[in-house]
Amino acid sequence: MIWNESRECMSRDEMMTMQGKRLAKQVNNVYHNVEFYRKKMQQLGIEPGDITRIEDISKLPYTTKDDLRDNYPFGLLAVPQSQIVRVHASSGTTGKATVVSYTRKDIEVWSECVTRELVMCGLGIDDVIQVAYGYGLFTGGLGLHYGAENLGCTTVPMSTGNTKRLVTMMEDFGATAIACTPSYLLHIGEVIEEMNALDRIKLKVAICGAEPWTETMRLQIEEKLHIHAHDIYGLSEICGPGVAADCIYHKGLHVQEDHYYPEIVSPDTLNPIADGEVGELVFTTLTKEGMPLIRYRTKDLTSIDRTPCECGRTLPRISRFKGRTDDMLIIRGVNVFPSQVEAALLEMGEVTPHYLMIVDRVNNLDTLEVQVEVEERFFSDEVKELENLTKKISAVLQSALQIAVKVKLVEPRSLERSMGKAVRVIDKRKLV
Amino acid sequence: MYVKQLSVFIENREGRMEKVTETLAKNNINIVCISLADTSEYGMLRMIVSDPEEGKRVLKEEGFSAMLTDVVGVKLPHYFGALNKLTREMSALGLNIEYMYAFTSGGDNASIIIKSSDNVKALDAVKNAGLSLVVPEEAYSL
Repeated sequence: MIWNESRECMSRDEMMTMQGKRLAKQVNNVYHNVEFYRKKMQQLGIEPGDITRIEDISKLPYTTKDDLRDNYPFGLLAVPQSQIVRVHASSGTTGKATVVSYTRKDIEVWSECVTRELVMCGLGIDDVIQVAYGYGLFTGGLGLHYGAENLGCTTVPMSTGNTKRLVTMMEDFGATAIACTPSYLLHIGEVIEEMNALDRIKLKVAICGAEPWTETMRLQIEEKLHIHAHDIYGLSEICGPGVAADCIYHKGLHVQEDHYYPEIVSPDTLNPIADGEVGELVFTTLTKEGMPLIRYRTKDLTSIDRTPCECGRTLPRISRFKGRTDDMLIIRGVNVFPSQVEAALLEMGEVTPHYLMIVDRVNNLDTLEVQVEVEERFFSDEVKELENLTKKISAVLQSALQIAVKVKLVEPRSLERSMGKAVRVIDKRKLV
Repeated sequence: MYVKQLSVFIENREGRMEKVTETLAKNNINIVCISLADTSEYGMLRMIVSDPEEGKRVLKEEGFSAMLTDVVGVKLPHYFGALNKLTREMSALGLNIEYMYAFTSGGDNASIIIKSSDNVKALDAVKNAGLSLVVPEEAYSL
């Protein structure tokens, strides 16, 4: 099923023509209504009339998270505040929070995109979905909620907190779908196991996002819970979850490009990068009213594929995220992404997907310790066997990361389970 | 024939050993004998307890990695050379000793728990040495 065939299956030519018109209109709008963009365009010597086709987008200035912080909280609004019906904010780990504002139409467009994606994941009006993202300033809970209601699902606003109650209700309500972070779903899976509830639940689909996860983890979740797991992507600056999601073919995440125009650029030179090559994802909100953003740098690294998908959609697909430029650790000069550790561990099969990376600096030398939980079935009472396992994990990680890794085995379920975004890295290095 | 040993993986941090003993105490499980192998990162606790199956269940409920292993219990008279008799027979059969630990009930006999590379052959070695086994019921009820 396709929710909005006229848009999701539009020919590339038609799509680009529509995007060009929408971009011209949006640029005109921000030039006249947002001082920040007017100044930036004037500095570059660009006028709204210079932008007529979607290709002209490369003439426009970039927007960064710092720009959002500098204009905290309402400096980038393109409408009077009276037209704003909702505000979300992302937790600022460094300094001020990033605040985004939505008009009624912005909420409608966002919901439409989430609805398209839920349908893409196989959901319909007969489904019962538990939304187990946090409800509140975070966009996850309300974003999925509005999309699911718009589709007509029976929507259960679980939020996060009491996992046993979630599983009990999953069983009692006959929930067929759940939306949450992948790491929380793993924890829910453990609780289902503890409660011996796997045979009694009717779950068939999970829509997971808000943190990077690997294809191996997706497959492991599918196998363990006997469900289909889908990846949903978004960021509050653009709208929240709903910017992109993967269809049943899992060959990348379809971007809702009639509303959120994607570009891939080199994070160093900011020059455009060819389709298929990895670079930083940049979005322009073509239809947003409240707080439109032009060429917003997401810091997420991915590549784009504009060939049609087996599902019939022409919406381009971005590949599963390699990580964020923010998440990248530089350890002894080597670039390391937590996703590499996860992929290497999961391919071994002897450990659970729960891990914690601890980066430190001892005598001016960076060290990486990876704590992993030993799978029950590989546990041995012989120290020799456990030492062999430790050595094996070290070797696998070392070959994946190209740096020395100290592996520490920890008790099952001793690493903290998160209900929101999982903490995978502790960087203790004090740089002076 | 074999005694069921309860093994637990314990991280090297405060309070873990306390948690194990507390869990067993709360469930009225007696520890007959105990051995703790230590490495720099974790410890391997091996015990003979009054109810191995229940011990494993309650520890797992508390989130521990616990497992049962078949080990051989041997009675050793208190005179010199008794253990040597056994190890001689074991090496004659080409057996490797993975680990061993002793316990005593205070009477005429000491006893030893052995995990070797081959549990079946280990029984032969005990027989060849003219020693007798500690039967499971006996071990659990000490």
